[in-house]
Amino acid sequence: MSHSKPVERPLSPHLGIYRMQINMVMSIVHRITGSALYFGTVLLAAWLISAALGPDAFAFVNGLFAHPLGKFVLFGYSWALLHHMLGGIRHLIWDTGRAMSPRASDALGWLTIIGSVTLTGLLWLVALSQRGGI
Amino acid sequence: MAHRTPLAKVRGLGSAREGTGHFWRQRVTAVSNLFLVCFLIFLVVKLAGQDHATVRAALAHPLYAIPILLLVISGVVHMRLGMQTIIEDYVHSEGRKVAALMRNSFFAIAVGLTCAFAVAKLSFGS
Repeated sequence: MSHSKPVERPLSPHLGIYRMQINMVMSIVHRITGSALYFGTVLLAAWLISAALGPDAFAFVNGLFAHPLGKFVLFGYSWALLHHMLGGIRHLIWDTGRAMSPRASDALGWLTIIGSVTLTGLLWLVALSQRGGI
Repeated sequence: MAHRTPLAKVRGLGSAREGTGHFWRQRVTAVSNLFLVCFLIFLVVKLAGQDHATVRAALAHPLYAIPILLLVISGVVHMRLGMQTIIEDYVHSEGRKVAALMRNSFFAIAVGLTCAFAVAKLSFGS
């Protein structure tokens, strides 16, 4: 392999040239929510390990989750989880070769975002109502 | 050559020479995560705001402990594959890429083992 001087070639159009479309937004959000879930697994690990360590550690971690900021993070995490899950279902549908037309894939994109917001709202309604609100 | 199936053509392909392994494991864990994440949401909603003794007893029960362990394994494998894709897309310098891929594996294994240890301690430990 000789390392010759790279030739200046025309580049293919990249993100900057396209109009925003639901599919590209959902693709980006899928990646962002995936990354958030990745780091958010620390929350699950903290919850489990604190429960294993004893009442004091458990109360400490629960206190962090009950703090408004902690609750905000949990809310965001639950939305990211549901959004990534619905987005994943969309990808599994595409894997079978279905819903590949622009119309169908746009519809799936909108269903993903509408579904994730709706489900997150419902989830928190159920969670808060069963505890009488916090 | 006459007896080669299409599968033989893709075996061992790709930059890591693992063929379709990455793609397939991502799909298998995606499907298992669908069920296991639903379980996790059910579990968290059920146990949110409960005292330590209640949570501890629930998590130690096999009906909860086993799905949690399954979720941890499935989730950690899935997220490691996903982050690997992101790293390979965005980190182009070979040295930094290898380092990032290593950190990815370390993180995934550390989180997975921490969760698994916690569930094991809740189930068996004192």
